[in-house]
Amino acid sequence: MTKQIIIPFGPQHPVLPEPIHLDLVLEDEMVVEAIPSIGYIHRGFEKLVEKREFTEYVYVAERTCGICSFIHGLTYCQGIEEIMQVEVPERALFLRTIWSEYSRLHSHLLWLGLFADSFGFENLFMNAWRIRERILDVMEQTTGGRVIQGSCKIGGVRRDISGEKLGQMSKDLDSIGQELEELTNVFLRDASIKHRLKNVGVLSRDDAYSLGAVGPTARGSGVSLDMRKTGYAAYGKLNLETVAENDGDCYARCVVRCRELFTSIDLIQQAVRKIPDGPTDVKVTGTPDGEYFTRSEQPRGELVHYLKGNGTKFLVRSRIRTPTLTNIPPLVKMLQGCELADVPVIVLSIDPCISCTER
Amino acid sequence: MTTEEQLTMPIEVGQLIGRVEQYKQGGYRLVQIGCTKIGEVYEINYSFDKDFVFRNLRITVTGDTEVPSISGMYWGAFVYENEMHDLFGIQVRGMNIDFKGNFIRTSIKFPFGAAIPKGEQP
Repeated sequence: MTKQIIIPFGPQHPVLPEPIHLDLVLEDEMVVEAIPSIGYIHRGFEKLVEKREFTEYVYVAERTCGICSFIHGLTYCQGIEEIMQVEVPERALFLRTIWSEYSRLHSHLLWLGLFADSFGFENLFMNAWRIRERILDVMEQTTGGRVIQGSCKIGGVRRDISGEKLGQMSKDLDSIGQELEELTNVFLRDASIKHRLKNVGVLSRDDAYSLGAVGPTARGSGVSLDMRKTGYAAYGKLNLETVAENDGDCYARCVVRCRELFTSIDLIQQAVRKIPDGPTDVKVTGTPDGEYFTRSEQPRGELVHYLKGNGTKFLVRSRIRTPTLTNIPPLVKMLQGCELADVPVIVLSIDPCISCTER
Repeated sequence: MTTEEQLTMPIEVGQLIGRVEQYKQGGYRLVQIGCTKIGEVYEINYSFDKDFVFRNLRITVTGDTEVPSISGMYWGAFVYENEMHDLFGIQVRGMNIDFKGNFIRTSIKFPFGAAIPKGEQP
C-alpha cells in the first residue's frame, strides 16, 4: 500500500486572498482526500441582529462581503419587505437589478484576474482588472461607493440614476463588451489555458446537484440553477438565458463566468430600456413580525437570508447562507483524485469568498 | 414583491430522518440547515428545493437534545451540522465529518447558544 502523507494547504497561500485551510491526504502526488477547515476570521455578524434595529441592519448585511455587498443588502431588504408586505416601486426594482448585474460583472472580472494569476498569466490578470475598474467607476458614480454601495434600503433605493446617465452607461457597456470579447477570447481559446484547465477538478452533474453546488460551480456541471429565474427584483420582466456547460471541469466553470459577463451586459441594457419613471422608495412603517427565507443569485450562486422578527425593532434571527459555504462539499469532491499541483486552480475555480462564509 | 410559496412543516426529532429521506427520494437538494434560539429552545430548519419549490422541515429541541445527522443522505450537510454545533452547541449524532468543535473557531464557546456573560460580549 502506498504511504499516505498529509499536506496542509492554507490558510495562507499565494492563490488565496482569504484564509481557508485544507488538509490534503496524498498518495504520491495524488490527492485522495481533502478535509476543509474554515473559521479563522468568523465575525459573528448574525449576532449583531440583536443589537441593531432592523432598519440599520442593512448596513451590517452589506458588509458581509466586500465583493457582492450590494446583493447582500438587496437580499436582506427583500426579506424584510416580504415579511412586512411592502410594495417596492418598480423603478427601484429595476435599479436594484442594474446594480446587481454591475456587481456580477465586477465580481466575475475580479475572479478572472485572480484565476489567470493562479495559472501564471499575470498580464491577463492585469487586463481583467483594468476592465473591472470601468465597472467600479460606474458603481461609484451612481451609488457613491466602489466597495460598499449603501444604496439599498427597506422600501426601495436611496439614489436614482438619471435617464441621461443610464443612456451613457448602456453605451459604455457596448465598448466594455468589445474589450470583454478580446479578454474572454484568451480564456476560451488559448491552448495553454485549455491544457491547464480541461479535465481538471471534474464535478459530475449528479454530484453537483446532490452535494448542493450553486452558481457557476453548479452551472459548469450542467445544473441550470439560477435564482434570477424566480423573478425577484426586476428579473421577471427581463429575458434571461441561463448559461450552463456540461463538462464540469475548471474550464467549464471558467466558460460559464466568461459567458455570464455578456449576459449581465444584456440584462443591464434591457433594464435601461425598460425602466419606468416613478418614485424610488416608499415609506415603511411598523416592525417585522414573521419569517421568510429570501433568496437571490450572487455572482457565486444562490444566497439565502433567513429573517425572523417578533414585532419589535430587533429581529430574532438573521441567518445568512452564503454560496461559498454550500460549495465547500463539492470542492472536496473535485479535489479527490487530482494532482497536488492542480489544487490551487481547483480551489479558485469555485470562486471562494471566505469573508462571506465567515459572516 | 415576489412572494415564494414557502411551506414549513414542524416535525418531531424522531421523524427527521424519515422525512429527509422522502425529500432525497423526491429529488430535492439541501439548501441549508439553520438554527434559531427562541427563549430556552432551538428551532432547527432543514430547507430543501426542487425546481424553485422551497420546502422546510422544522424541529424544535432543547439544548441537551441529540439531533441525528442527515449527512448519510445529504453528504454536504456536514458544513451546516458542524456550524450548528460550533455556534449553538447543538449535539449532532453521526456526522460524516465531525470537526469536534473546530470547524468555526470562536473566542467564546457556542456564542449563539447560551447567554454570553457580561464583559465577554462582542
